Parts: sequence; C-alpha cells; structure tokens
Amino acid sequence: MAPETIILLSTAVLFIPLLSFVVLIFFGNRMPKQGDWFGTAMVFGGLVLAGLILSAKLSRYHDDVLQTLFTWVDFGTVAGIGPLKIELGIMVDNLSAIMMVAVMIVSSFVHLFSIGYMHGDVRYGRYFAYLGLFTFSMLGIVLTNNFWMMYVFWELVGLSSYLLIGHWFEKKSASDAAKKAFIVNRIGDIGMFTGIMILFATFHSFNFDVIFSSMQSGTIPLGSEAWLTAAGILIFAGAVGKSAQFPLHVWLPDAMEGPTPVSALIHAATMVAAGVYLVARTFAMMTADALAVIATIGAITSFIAATIAIAQNDIKKVLAYSTVSQLGYMVMALGVGAYTAGFFHLITHAMFKAGLFLGSGSVIHAMHHALHAKHDHETDPQDIRNMGGLGKKMPVTFWTFIVYTLAISGVPLTSGFLSKDEILAGTLVFGELTGNVLIPIVGFFVAGLTALYMFRLVILVFLGEHKDPARLADIHESPATMTVPLVVFAVLSFFAFYSLNPFGAADGWFYDAIVRPVSVVPASMAAAGSAEFEATLHHVHSNAMILSLTVAGLGILLAFMTYKWRKISADAVAGALRPIHSFLLNKWYFDEAYDATVVKGTLLLTRAFRWVDTIIIDGLVNGTASWTRAVTLGTKRNWEEGNLAAVFYLMVSGAVSVYAAWLTGTAIWPEQATALQAVWYGILSLGVGGLTFFLFYVGVGGFDNRIVDGVVNLVAYLAGFFGLLTRRIQTGKVQTYLAFVLLGVMVFFLWFT
Amino acid sequence: MEFIGIGILTWITFLPIIGMVAVLTVPKGKEGPLKWVPAGVTFLQVVLAIVIYFSFNQGMAGINSLEGMQFVEKATWIDVPATSWFGRIQIEYFLGVDGLSVSMVLLTALISFIAVFASWNIEKSLKGYMAMLLLLDTGMMGVFVALDFFLFYVFWELMLLPMYFLIGIWGGPRREYAAIKFFLYTLLGSVLILLAMIALYFSVTVMDPLTGEKIHTFNMLAMMNPANYEPGSLLAGIGTYWRSLAYIALFIGFAIKVPIFPFHTWLPDAHVEAPTAISVILAGVLLKMGTYGLLRISYPMFPDIAQAYAVPLAVVAFINIVYGALCAMAQQDFKKLIAYSSISHMGVVLLGMAALNTQGMVGAVFQMFNHGTITAMLFLIVGVIYDRAHTRDLDAFGGLAITMPKYTGIMMVAFFAALGLPGLSGFVSEAFSFLGAFQTHRIITIASTLGIVLTAAYMLWTIQRVFLGKPNERWAGLPDINGREMFTLVPLGVIVLALGVYPSLLLDLLTTSLNHLVNVVATGASMAMVP
Repeated sequence: MAPETIILLSTAVLFIPLLSFVVLIFFGNRMPKQGDWFGTAMVFGGLVLAGLILSAKLSRYHDDVLQTLFTWVDFGTVAGIGPLKIELGIMVDNLSAIMMVAVMIVSSFVHLFSIGYMHGDVRYGRYFAYLGLFTFSMLGIVLTNNFWMMYVFWELVGLSSYLLIGHWFEKKSASDAAKKAFIVNRIGDIGMFTGIMILFATFHSFNFDVIFSSMQSGTIPLGSEAWLTAAGILIFAGAVGKSAQFPLHVWLPDAMEGPTPVSALIHAATMVAAGVYLVARTFAMMTADALAVIATIGAITSFIAATIAIAQNDIKKVLAYSTVSQLGYMVMALGVGAYTAGFFHLITHAMFKAGLFLGSGSVIHAMHHALHAKHDHETDPQDIRNMGGLGKKMPVTFWTFIVYTLAISGVPLTSGFLSKDEILAGTLVFGELTGNVLIPIVGFFVAGLTALYMFRLVILVFLGEHKDPARLADIHESPATMTVPLVVFAVLSFFAFYSLNPFGAADGWFYDAIVRPVSVVPASMAAAGSAEFEATLHHVHSNAMILSLTVAGLGILLAFMTYKWRKISADAVAGALRPIHSFLLNKWYFDEAYDATVVKGTLLLTRAFRWVDTIIIDGLVNGTASWTRAVTLGTKRNWEEGNLAAVFYLMVSGAVSVYAAWLTGTAIWPEQATALQAVWYGILSLGVGGLTFFLFYVGVGGFDNRIVDGVVNLVAYLAGFFGLLTRRIQTGKVQTYLAFVLLGVMVFFLWFT
Repeated sequence: MEFIGIGILTWITFLPIIGMVAVLTVPKGKEGPLKWVPAGVTFLQVVLAIVIYFSFNQGMAGINSLEGMQFVEKATWIDVPATSWFGRIQIEYFLGVDGLSVSMVLLTALISFIAVFASWNIEKSLKGYMAMLLLLDTGMMGVFVALDFFLFYVFWELMLLPMYFLIGIWGGPRREYAAIKFFLYTLLGSVLILLAMIALYFSVTVMDPLTGEKIHTFNMLAMMNPANYEPGSLLAGIGTYWRSLAYIALFIGFAIKVPIFPFHTWLPDAHVEAPTAISVILAGVLLKMGTYGLLRISYPMFPDIAQAYAVPLAVVAFINIVYGALCAMAQQDFKKLIAYSSISHMGVVLLGMAALNTQGMVGAVFQMFNHGTITAMLFLIVGVIYDRAHTRDLDAFGGLAITMPKYTGIMMVAFFAALGLPGLSGFVSEAFSFLGAFQTHRIITIASTLGIVLTAAYMLWTIQRVFLGKPNERWAGLPDINGREMFTLVPLGVIVLALGVYPSLLLDLLTTSLNHLVNVVATGASMAMVP
C-alpha cells in the first residue's frame, strides 16, 4: 500500500460512518428493519479497512508519519503576520492507526449488540444513525493532525453523546443527563479552546507539527514559560471534561441514562478515552509542571471514583465509576511519564470495559424480560441487590464477565495485567524521580479497590441465590447478536494480542509501535526524559509486579470474604462506618455541592440580571419618557391627575435646578459688586427662580400655553394697538405713501454712509 | 454591470420600490398578487445577489479606494451652487460594494425573500403590509450599498418609517409601546449620526476636477483620507477632543442599532411584539447595520479614535456576550429569549471588531452574516410554534419532539448552530472572533469564553423544556411543520451547514477587503496629518 493509499483509505474509514448517519437519518424509516443492517455493515466494512491500514502501517511504514494537508481558510496577507492560512488534514501514525482500529472494533460490535438489545425500540432507526454520527466524530479526533479539527470533532463527539444519552428523552432524568453531559463538557472545552488560542496567537497555526517544531526551535507561547505551562494545562482541561476527570467527572455516571450499548461505546471505551488520547497527542508540549498537574488530577480522580464504586448498587453506576477511576489511571500514567503504558491501558481497557458494559446490558436485558413476564414494573432491573445466581442461567454472559473482571483487576494472563502493571511501575518511577510518594500509594491502593468492587459486583450478580427465586425461571441467555460481541471482547482481553510474553508488555508489538515522543519544551522545563525514566523503571519493575499482584489478590480475597463467604458482614461495616458509607453512597456529594453553588448561583445571577435589565436599564429608558411627560404637564396637572411620583421627581428636579442656578450665580458674581450690579443680580435671580418655579408648576406644556403663546398674543395685541395708531397715517393718498417711502430711503441712506 | 442601462446595485436596491408600486395598484380583494408580486420581486433580488456573488472580484480591496470598489455607480444627485458662506453642496448618488458590504447585500436579499414567505399568513390589510415590507427592503439594501454619507443617511432613515408601522400596526398586544420605543430610540441615534455627519462634511474638502474649486463633500471615501481634512477644521488632527466626540456620537448612534448594552432594551420589546417576518428582518438584517456602520464609517474615518477605544469596545463586547446570555437564561417567553440571545451573539461581532486584526475582523463580519441566518431560523421556529399554539411560554410545552419530529429536526440545526457547534457556521465565526480578539485583549477574551458555556446552557435548557420530555396532552393534535414553513427554513439551514463545513465559500470574498481595512485602521492612526 502506498502512503497515498493509506491516507485515502483512512479518509474513507472516517467518512463511512458519516454516510451511514446521513442515509439513516433521512431514509432510515423507509428502509427494511429501519436500516440497522446498513449501519452495521458500513462500520464492519470500516473495521476491515482500518485493520488493513494498521497492518500496512506497522509492516511497511513503521516509523513514518503519513499526513495530508489542504487549505481550508485563506486569510490572505495579514498585517503583522504575512500570509496566513488554516490548513487542515489527516494524519496516520501508529497512535492514530491503533486507536482507529480500537474505535472501529468497539463500534462494530456495539452496532451488532444493539440489534438485539434495542430490538423494538421507539426510535430504533434514529439510534443507529446516531451511532454512525458518533463513530464519525470519534474517528475525526483520532485522525486529525491539528488542534482545529481536534476541537471540531471534540464537540461533535459531545453532540452525539448528547443525542445518545438523551435517546429516551421522554424521561426527565435522561434529558437532564444529556444536558448535563454537554454543559459540563463545554466547561472543559472552553479551557481547551483557550489553550488553542494561546498556541495560535504565537504560532499562527493549528498543526501539531508546525507548533511542536517551532517550539522545539525555542519559540514558546506568548514568550513566557508560564503561558507554556498554562497552555498545556488548559488543553488538558478539555481532557478533564471529556475523560470525566475530577472535578468535571460528574456527568459520566448520569450518562448511564442512555441505552447500555451506548454506555459501552461512548462512556467506557471511546469518547471518554478521547481525553487520554488528547494528552497523548500533545504530550510533547507538556512541561514538567503541567505533567505534575495531570498526574495529580488523574490520581485524585481514580481514588475518588474507586471509593464511590464500592458503595453503589446500580450495576451500571458501579461500572461508570469504575470507568472514571480507570480513566484517572490512564491520565495519571501519562502525567507520571509512563506514556506508552497510559495509552496501552486505554486500548486494553476499551476492550474489557466495552465487554463489561455489554455484559451488564445482557444482564439488564434478561432482568427486564423476566420482570416484564411477571408484570413487575416496580423492581429496578439494574439494582444488583435484586440479582444473584444469574451465572447458571446466562453462562456466556457469566464467563465472559469473569474474564473482563479478571482483566480489570489486573490478574496475570489478561491484557489488563500487562497495562496496569506498567502503569504502577511508572508511578513508582515517578515517586523515585520526584519524591512524590502519594501518587504511587494512590495507584496501588486503587488497584486493590478495583479488584474489590469488581468482584463484589460479580458475586452479587452471578453467584449466590437470586433475590426472588421464582423470577430466575424467566431469566434467559441473550440472543447471539448479543453474545457474539461478548465473546469477541473476552478474547481480546487476553495478553496474547498485545505481547506474547504474558509478564512483559514491553516485549510486544504494541510497545514497539508506541514510543514516547521527545519533549519539545525548553530543557529546563521538561520532565525526566525517556532514558532516565527507562533506567529507573528497570530496577523497580519487579517490585511493582509483586506489589500489584498482592494488592489485587487482597482485593479479590476481601470481596469473597465479604460477599461470598460472609465472613465479614458488609452491612455491619456500613453500619459501623455510617457517615463514610453515606458519603460514598452519595458520591462525595459532588452533585449537591455543584447544584448549591454553580447551578443555583447562575440561576440567581440570571434573575438578578433580569431584574437589573427590566427595572434599572429599561427603567431609565421608560423613566426618560415619563420624565419628559411629567415636565410637559408640570406639578399642577400631575397633582390633579394623582401622578404623585411625577410630582416628587419634578420637585427634586426643581430643587436640583435651583441649586445649579445658585452655584452658577455665585461663580459669576463679581468680587466687588456695585450697588447697581446687586440690584440687577437680584432681579435676575428672582426672574430665574420664578421662571423655574413656574415652569415646574405648570409644566413645559403650560409654559408654552401661558408664556410663549402669551408673548405671541401680546405681540399680536400690540400689533393691533399700534395698528390703531398707525391707521391715522393711512390716508389713502398716493402722495403720502410716496413721502413715507422717500423718508425711509433717506433713513437707510444715512444709516449706511 | 448593467441591465437596460441601469447598474445592478440600483436594480437590487430599487426593485422592491417597483414591487411596492405594483402592490399598491393591485385592486381590492385580490389576495394572490399581493403575495406573489413581493415574492417575485424579492426572488429577482436573490437572483441579482447570486450574480453579484459570482461576478465579485475577490482580489479588489475597496474600503477607501474608489478603484477597489465594485459595481460602482456614481452620479451627481444634488448640486447647489456655491454661496459665499456655505460653499458648494454636492451630494452624490454613489453606490458600490466591496468585501465588507458584499456579504450584507447577499444576506439582505436572502432574508427579505424569506421574510415574504414568512408573511404568508398576515390577514390584516395585506396590501399595506407588503408595501411597507418592500419599502423596508429598499432602505436596508440602500444602507449597505451607499458610499455617500448623505445617501447612507437617507436610506438609514428610510427604513425607520416602515419598521415603525410594521411593528405598530401588525404587532402583538403591546405593539404601540414597542413601535414608539423603537422609533424614538433609533431616532435619537440618528440625530447623533447626523451631527457627526455634518461635522465631517464641514471638515472635509475635495478639489472639483472640473472647476478646480474646493468643495465640501459627503463622499465616504473622501472622508477616509486624512489629507482631505481642511487644516483648522473641527475634525482635523489626530486624537483630538472633537474627533473623540464625533466618534462617540457615531458610536452611540450605531450602538443603539446593534444593540450594545445599555442601549438594548428596545430590542426585546420590539421582537416580542413584531410579527414573525419582521422579527426575522430585525434580527437578521437591521442589527447588522449598526456593526456595519461602525466598520464602514467609524473605523476608517476615525482610525485614531478606534484604536484608542479598542479596549473599551472589547469590554462592552464582553458585557454584551455575558449579560445577554444571562438575561436570555432568565426569560419565560420563547421569543424574548431569542431576542436576548441576539444581544449576546452580537457581542461576539463587537469582540472580533475590537481585535483590530484580520482574524477578528473576518470573524466579526462572518458572524454578522451567520447571526443573520441563524437568528432568522430561530425566529421562524418561534413563529411556527406561536402560529399553532398562540403562546410562547417556554413551560407550556414539552415533548414536541414526538408530536412534531420534522420541526424538531430543523430546530436542532438552528439551536446547535446558535450555541456554536462545530460543523455549523456560527462556530467558525465565533472561533475566529475569539482567536483574533485573544491576540489583542487576552483577559477580556478569556472572560468572554464564559458566554460559550452560558449559551449552551440556555439553548439546551430551552430544547429540554419545549421539545423533550413527555408530550403535553394539550398539544396532542398539533400539526407538524408544513411545506411553506420548511421552504423558509431549509435554505437557511443548508447555508448554515455549508458555511460551517467550508466557510471559504463566503470568506474568500471578504478577506482582501478586511485585510485592507485592518491596514487602514493601523496606518491611519499612526499617520501624521497636517494640523
């Protein structure tokens, strides 16, 4: 395959799901089976292409970056910059090729699974269309070579997530969750956008290559190191939103209102991994400080979410918090410098977490049908306290679920063991290099918690006795469209796909293909380089492996002791630690806190502003009108009409104008006034004062009637009076008139000479 | 370019007047021609706009150079011979377009055409309505093609009159209050513009090529040349007190139209009372006249002051963006919410303008166009539901996505375009405005990004309240959007999508001129003028 072919095929992979969306949204309802086969066939086709691209890329262009550019907007010759263009394009390197395949695998099998799971849904065709839109957006993030498209597809992913979470929008909780997801993501996005603005202000380009290479040659954003770190952290803010990191993690658990396959695709495997992908993409420009922030946020997130997961009773909520926790793990891995491990965990986690969600979907599907058969609409089909003993009735779901759980707990021979072990080793290296012990401690502690809550889930759902034995008879294994994807993801959770050595991820093709990029920030600000990192890794690795196996084993043991053998009573523990338990059950009260501050605060502010707008600003406008009217009418009329406010305003205005006149008068009053001046001044003051009083008493209208018109009438009267006098002159004789004209001319003549 | 010896710009400006005369001669009781004549006339206008789009030369800059103007028409209109104390008065019929105005010409033609179809259901004295609508059309188009200040002012005032009647007669319950408020407020602005215009007139002289005598002129291009300012005249010099004062007078005049906080309160009232089509025109075209005036007149004529006041302008832009968004969120009335969202979105235009660089200016002018199309869609959408339900209370609905699926589909395009979703045109212009503004005003721009979140919040909340949830029993029988309504919305939707995916379709027309404008502002301010 020539490089051009690879680019062309990647573009095809990108647009195939979009085609699926367009066809299904406009014609889905007219197609047989609402077009589910069409959408599914399209993405499977895309998957095949993506697989071909990956194998060609790895075999023939292993270390090359293939990309293409086209001019999207041309600003022409810009003052101070010169020619300015926005060039967009797609890029195929190992990172994007692997990610593309992962996205297509999950998307394809989620499509397949949905055919069974969503059967008979009200908006079945629409659902498949949205899946296509999502896949397109996600591939856009993966294949882009610039920040602009990254942001564009980033938001489009947000849109498709909004549409899919809100698929059952008749439910208030679903539409609330969709809205919340979009808005919380947007908060992260404006951070990311600000980061992009910082970069663009200096580099006048959005391309990763251009930005990174000029950074490498010493240009830093806005000429300051602080802005460089800020840019890194702000771009990471986008990842905080999308990858549900603390403090913006609150949307992801609510997003479980969407159909379960959607949770598998978007809220476990792909979209939420986009944040991790973004950090991996921009890793080279992260300063040591920025990376420390990233590692800390990741650690906090993984810890908070893992503690919450233990206390949840909704099967999807447990998995949701588990996802948040694992995403925190990946982010932490990137932050500590374990670049390859972080991205590796993204891929392995995508497979087993997609499996876990689809497995939970299979369980919910079975529970739903069993409850339906009993006409039971009260019992929650997602509450694990209503389950138990499902393993025997749903063997495929059960055994695949076991595989995923082993993988996420980090048990050897699974993919999860490989990636998790590398991350934990990375945190140890970080601890050793920077002296930060908290991060490795959190890392190992969370590994133990993960094993604990996952086995709690498995035991409560699949083992033991069913809550209502009569219901168990109606529980059936799901159809093949649903079990086949489960098996595929279970198979992909084994080590062999990533490295032939079950205890050494670094020996596999994956580690070969994904190499930590060289930092482009000034050396003084960069984190420890790869060489130093590898050297330290070498001597902590065996410790890390032993430790990670120990904590995972302890977690599993604790789970069996508590929930299977009942040596420890979970209720008693919860009772003894009631405040902590309710704190965890209520998810650390994040939602309540945000609601009380941000949401309530904003609503309060909107009300305050509405008040300001209508009462103050518009009040001034209307006030001008009323004042004008009041002035025209005067106090007398206003008083008669009972318009007391106007009278009051007028009196105030009158007082103000008298005071102003007083000030003016004292200012122009000569130091040594003569008596005559004093008389004139007194007359003038009385006149002005009287006029003002009169003006405000009768109003401008009255003033016009009485004074202005009065003067006119006076003039008319005087004219009449003088007319009477001058009538005498009008003798009717031409001679008399001529005499007067002559007199006039003489007067003018004398005047001008 | 001429047809039957008359220039294309004259055609596109005065076609509606011909239509108006035709409408007025339609005998009583004939409904058909009253609708089809305006439709035909505005359709011809759209055709002419398309001709302009395709024959527009993208390499010509315009702004302050006559050679760079396209489709120029120039003739003496009023010529009063010199009197000893006043000088010769020469007012020209001077039309032309450049990259700054061409997008507005296209927008005006498009919105007027759509407004005619949005007026299909008007029952009260249709003849008068259509005549007024067409007169308004001429006024708007004239503002965007006039290059003589006096002519510009005539068109500016011309559009005030029909607007007053269209709101005052065909509006909602409080129409008279809204119409008078609109009229007086705009008139106040006009007076200030008039004062500045007269001051400019007496300060600028050009040589008459025929007689060699110095004459005062209303020619805008002449007013942009610092060399034409008569030494010692009121507005000569750089950064003087009187120049600031004239700039502020112009600014307030245009600010009322935009509208810029705190001169905005006429807008929600006018929108709520105006019939749908008039809201569409008001938001789609009229608001742009304010920002267009700033770019066409204030910036190139007062580059020194424009630079000095760039920061205050950016602050005002920030207030518009955030204040408008917060006020929008507090509204109960669907139409009022959209009206306040306009204030917020026009703030983005101001922010891009305040950047004083190409990215920002391109963003601003592009945002003017996009806001025109997107907000027109939003008002049409409100109109659709108001026609059926006779209420605009946001909480009275719910679940319309089920009762009216097609309507919901087109609504989603408009709403997401308004909240700046990438792939739709609003995003591109917003992003460019912010990118440009960040270069000049970092902190203000970062603060303004808050508007991006707030807009998403109120837009999605509105979608949720009106369209999602269980269908409200009360609106069970509501018919979905009909063919005519689709016809008004779909073209706008297609443009929004096309420009979102490939904005160069329009931007290529703008960039040369706007680059030039940026240079004019930058060099004009630093150039020493004869005192």
